[in-house]
Amino acid sequence: MTTADSISERKSDSSDFFHKPPSGRTQRFIEKGAEIVFLLCALISIAAVVIICVYIFAGGIPAIAEIGLFDFLGGQRWKPYNEPAEYGIFPMILGSLYVTGGAVAVGVPVGLLTAIFMARFCPAPLYKVLKPMINLLAGIPSIVYGLFGMIVIVPIVRNLAGGDGNCIFTAALLLGMMILPTIIGLSETAIRSVPESYYEGAVALGATHERAVGTVVFPAAKSGILAGVILGIGRAIGETMAVIMVAGNQARMPKGLFAGVRTLTANIVTEMGDAGGLHYDALVATAVVLFGFILILNLCFSVLTNKKPKEGKSK
Amino acid sequence: MPENKISVNGLDLYYSEFHALKNVNIDIAPNEITAFIGPSGCGKSTLLKSLNRMNDLVEGCRITGAVTLDGVDIYKDMEITYLRKNVGMVFQKPNPFPMSIYDNIAYGPRTHGIRRKSDLDDIVEESLKKASIWNEVSDRLKRSALGLSGGQQQRLCIARALAVKPEVILMDEPTSALDPISTMKIEELCCEIKDSYTIVIVTHNMQQATRISDKTAFFLHGEIVEFDETEKLFSTPSDKRTEDYITGRFG
Repeated sequence: MTTADSISERKSDSSDFFHKPPSGRTQRFIEKGAEIVFLLCALISIAAVVIICVYIFAGGIPAIAEIGLFDFLGGQRWKPYNEPAEYGIFPMILGSLYVTGGAVAVGVPVGLLTAIFMARFCPAPLYKVLKPMINLLAGIPSIVYGLFGMIVIVPIVRNLAGGDGNCIFTAALLLGMMILPTIIGLSETAIRSVPESYYEGAVALGATHERAVGTVVFPAAKSGILAGVILGIGRAIGETMAVIMVAGNQARMPKGLFAGVRTLTANIVTEMGDAGGLHYDALVATAVVLFGFILILNLCFSVLTNKKPKEGKSK
Repeated sequence: MPENKISVNGLDLYYSEFHALKNVNIDIAPNEITAFIGPSGCGKSTLLKSLNRMNDLVEGCRITGAVTLDGVDIYKDMEITYLRKNVGMVFQKPNPFPMSIYDNIAYGPRTHGIRRKSDLDDIVEESLKKASIWNEVSDRLKRSALGLSGGQQQRLCIARALAVKPEVILMDEPTSALDPISTMKIEELCCEIKDSYTIVIVTHNMQQATRISDKTAFFLHGEIVEFDETEKLFSTPSDKRTEDYITGRFG
């Protein structure tokens, strides 16, 4: 092969692509085009949030104004079919808070201990079984949870505690189970991302494995763990189907752990079908309140996750 | 008291199939600084970690042979927590816990059952003074240790190791991540405390070994090639490989 041959061959070679910049204008056009496509995709999510916000608030706020902010949020009676109708959602606010609080009381301790176990104690063969199981738990539709609650938990609670079994306690138990995968997943990731050097430092001082994990590794993961708990709370407060099926769904002030209750979500979905006029708008306004809760939670979440580690300088 | 603080007899160590230490024998004298030098991957850190059983954390690590501390076999006849309390460790990268300076130092004593605030206060002050960092941090003990500079963090880690009153301190390239001034401070510190402790230091830096150590061991491919008085090893090495290494012919 002569030198001239090899040069001409190189020119036609596809490796030319790497040596010669493509024509400037085409390249810039493609890049600009790609950028616009990405931007449009990103805008879709933003638009969705903004449109939901605008429509929910536009629909709900006039109703709140008409009912009166205090009568709406603080009113203890929800009697949309009475004459005159009363639209106080305080019972449902309490219902949502109680059920969610109960779910946290059930789900957080179990979830955190499971996460610690999975990240730091679990033997590899067991982990291979446990991890997919927990992922599966996250994928079960809420209606299936609801059915499980109705068929299994409600009768047990009815037998043990009396009443009809549809109550705050049952709902909290079920929701506690439902938020487990969220809490376990995020907490496990947070615990695993703690630098191994912390653990080594602790055991090198003579700490046992349990002490090193409990007093150094776990506290070092706390902001990630809190973020997981907050996401779990968000899931619990927004849950509708499963809660309706086991919480009793009575729109009245909560009367105790084993009495029925209605949550904000349940209130909306139960009455939306046959509501009209101010009743309808009051339900939309209920969604505004729910939205407010979620906004507060997300705010907490982003404050926690954006918090920079307090390192003096990063290497 | 036996003449040697730590004795390693016929130690072989494997990481799964890899034979990392081959029939290592070494005696470490009390109240001296012993330096381990050698090229990367020669086994010097591995031997260091087997002296306080940090190798136990490595999956697939097996050993045969014996390591004794004051004549007691640390792999057979000693509680691991007791061993690590008596054989402290300072790591290559400063690793203060993400908690206050005070809590960092108090962690070890608390682990070993000291709860009284006044006792802890005394230990914290004493340890920080020994590690010559008290003057820099005494007014901010409650602040996060992560706000300290790298050199301060490393001295804090030394103070943390001293707080459990160990007899031996293992240092795994403690200055390799630090600037020259911090390095100098830590070297001075080692020389100050060696009267009360036995120090074993792994270093990549041969000048450091000559500056601070009494004895030096040269490692190559998992074996100790030569172990002698530092002065002798660096001036008149008896093995050709030691000479090639210290004169910079390889490594």
